[in-house]
Amino acid sequence: MFAQTFDYTAPKTLDEAVKLIGGGAKALAGGMSLIPMMKLRLAAPEHLVDLGRIKDLNYIREEGGALHLGATATHYDVESSALVRSKCPLLAETAAAIGDVQVRNMGTLGGSVAHADPSADYPAALQALEAKIVLRGANGDRTVSAADFFVDAFTTSLGEGEIVREVIVPIDSSGASYQKAPQPASGFAMVGIAARVKKAGGKVTEARIGVTGLTNSSFRATAAEKALEGTGGSPADIQKAAALVAQGADANSDIHASADYRKHLAGVYAGRALSAAIGRAS
Amino acid sequence: MKINLTINKKRYSHDVEPRLLLVHYLRETVGLTGTHTGCETSLCGACTVELDGKAVKSCTMFAVQADGANVTTIEGIASDGKLHRVQEAFWNEHGLQCGFCTPGMIMASKQIIDRNGTPSEAEIRHGLEGNLCRCTGYQHIVNAVKAAAAAGR
Ligand SMILES: Cc1cc2nc3c(=O)[nH]c(=O)nc-3n(C[C@H](O)[C@H](O)[C@H](O)COP(=O)(O)OP(=O)(O)OC[C@H]3O[C@@H](n4cnc5c(N)ncnc54)[C@H](O)[C@@H]3O)c2cc1C
Ligand code: FES
Ligand code: FES
Repeated sequence: MFAQTFDYTAPKTLDEAVKLIGGGAKALAGGMSLIPMMKLRLAAPEHLVDLGRIKDLNYIREEGGALHLGATATHYDVESSALVRSKCPLLAETAAAIGDVQVRNMGTLGGSVAHADPSADYPAALQALEAKIVLRGANGDRTVSAADFFVDAFTTSLGEGEIVREVIVPIDSSGASYQKAPQPASGFAMVGIAARVKKAGGKVTEARIGVTGLTNSSFRATAAEKALEGTGGSPADIQKAAALVAQGADANSDIHASADYRKHLAGVYAGRALSAAIGRAS
Repeated sequence: MKINLTINKKRYSHDVEPRLLLVHYLRETVGLTGTHTGCETSLCGACTVELDGKAVKSCTMFAVQADGANVTTIEGIASDGKLHRVQEAFWNEHGLQCGFCTPGMIMASKQIIDRNGTPSEAEIRHGLEGNLCRCTGYQHIVNAVKAAAAAGR
């Protein structure tokens, strides 16, 4: 299988890449989504700009009480980073759940969020973490919340000529967990739930639930979050909250799972993610 | 576009079209046919090679992305006429039948034990999720990885 012909540039600096992308070229990161699409001729960019050689995009560091992850941090970088594992285990756990080893060795955080596959894993965690996504365009940087970034299937609020530069996640003391029902062949999430919970004095003071795979875009299940906050987080409280996760959702349906089955899975996996998160919070 | 890279410790330089996949470059331009193409859709892992120490699916990568890199294929892991311990273990533990998946399985298995000298059975199976085998039922492959890890200790 061969892609349509294209020009290829591998700049060493972010500025060069932004200039080329501003001129209509397409970013290539790990290639784990783009190359299969090009081989199937679902995509035929005329000019690819490989972000893989830009050192300024490949980092994971702690700064001002938050973790900053450069766009080309691979899924393997994230799952194996001692810093991420200790300061934001939810993100490491999510990265480790993506695809397979070879995909994680190449695929990147920036590529995954920019691609915005409705079944991608990261969006659930980024919603639950209330992450920020920093975009770089010709006029400099702009920061968008995960909630505003993910718009629809394969659609984000990235503007023309902009690239994802970094993802920022807060560091705090909450307990968290990511639970997914993987599609058996590819590993993509038929449904994936990231839960993050804070407890004080035996009560849940804050709950955040990010959902992926269920609908066209990842989202936060705010009704379920509210139902859990203020309770003791007992199994019955979790059940009640989990039952609200898929309420009113316009669920996707495909050969792997019908809409009703996806909604059912969302409740089950929300229950699992919430119990694990609450266990880790106390 | 001109690319320079090292494959199995030998330097190569070729002019390639940007759309040439790494697997076709290895098999057809360089002539190293040990790396197989199975699905060509990033799922089966038969095309797995090592790129700067990381196992990658060479059917899902353009050769130009490997410019300047160090590539190791199945042909490059034995040394001085002695099989690599993963190869030896696949032989001893009957980790293959038809052998089609084997080059990729061995490269993925090598990644597992390079990163973790004492992998559990679950860790081995997790590490082989990107590789499909139509023959063995996997148990002998898992046994081979266990044996290779033990041989390295
Ligand atoms: C077999 C297989 C299984 C997989 N399983 C899973 C899974 O279980 N869960 C999951 O979440 N994902 C899965 N994936 C997808 C994988 O995570 C991809 O790595 C990811 O979706 C895209 O990241 P990439 O770096 O490979 O991006 P690329 O494929 O290089 O690019 C994807 C898109 O994003 C754009 N882009 C890339 N980087 C940037 C940037 N910095 N700024 C702006 N635009 C950018 C590109 O132009 C392109 O449109 C799987 C992939 C494969 C092949
Ligand atoms: S041929 Fe590359 S994954 Fe199957
Ligand atoms: S040995 Fe035949 S496919 Fe694995």
